[in-house]
Amino acid sequence: MTAPEPVFEAPWHAQVFALTVYLNEAGHFKWSDWATRFGATLARHGVSRDLNGGDDYFVAWLETLEAYLSDLDMAAPDMVEDLRAKWETAYLKTPHGAPVSLD
Amino acid sequence: MPHDHSDHDHAHSLLPPDPALRIKALETLLTQKGLIDPAALDVIIDTYENKIGPRNGAQVVARAWLDPEFKAALLNDATSVVAEMGFYGRQGEHMVAVENTDDLHNIVVCTLCSCYPWPLLGIPPGWYKSDAYRARVVREPRKVLADFDVVLPDETAVRVWDSTAEVRYLVIPQRPAGTDGLDEAALMDLVTRDSMIGTGLANTP
Repeated sequence: MTAPEPVFEAPWHAQVFALTVYLNEAGHFKWSDWATRFGATLARHGVSRDLNGGDDYFVAWLETLEAYLSDLDMAAPDMVEDLRAKWETAYLKTPHGAPVSLD
Repeated sequence: MPHDHSDHDHAHSLLPPDPALRIKALETLLTQKGLIDPAALDVIIDTYENKIGPRNGAQVVARAWLDPEFKAALLNDATSVVAEMGFYGRQGEHMVAVENTDDLHNIVVCTLCSCYPWPLLGIPPGWYKSDAYRARVVREPRKVLADFDVVLPDETAVRVWDSTAEVRYLVIPQRPAGTDGLDEAALMDLVTRDSMIGTGLANTP
């Protein structure tokens, strides 16, 4: 017997999926508008190489969400980058095995 | 991989890949603004990882095999029929059921992105989201089917359905021979995920 395929290959795939579904269900954007934007990102990424449907699919998903939330004035890119850097610092200074959190 | 595990202990936590940090940043910002509830995100993940999957679609198919009236209603208005079974399109999409016969084999794709009947089949497999499948299945569906070890008689036509954000398709595979007398639960076990996308056939008992 083979093990069942994981639904999401990586935890962050699940997180970006859930965040997008949540924001749609909260009424911040229509799913059809999301699909149009996401399809455009996939098409752009797929010009230079064949996308495998795994990590690169969710990289395109995340890029679409970041741009959409910026356009909606919900998440400014400079603020997102600032928090990303803070999370990186937090991981690097937190002892291995301890929970990681922002100050 | 961001680190090599094999030859040293980590003094600090393993740094997640860049996209993971970016999604954490988005979540932090939106939480600070009071726009999201992180616990609600966990519920969504749990739902799609553990509660929604191809078993839902298999139940619909098995019931359609057993009950001609149910099947007729399903083919007429799948959205309402599956909603009565508790399977809702959370993004407001419509469901359409298409039936495989000796004359016609249906296969589903989303050429735009990856639209998929989540409430019935869960999250799509990687190959469904790949450029290779999305581009090729429209151009050469029989070759794609052959890659999935599905070889159809020449007289069987193949129809490819392109999903959209608004319309998602469920293939009702042909009921296998030798399944007379099986109940719904036993029939469900024969209905594979791929058979409901059209890249497979139902298993035989």
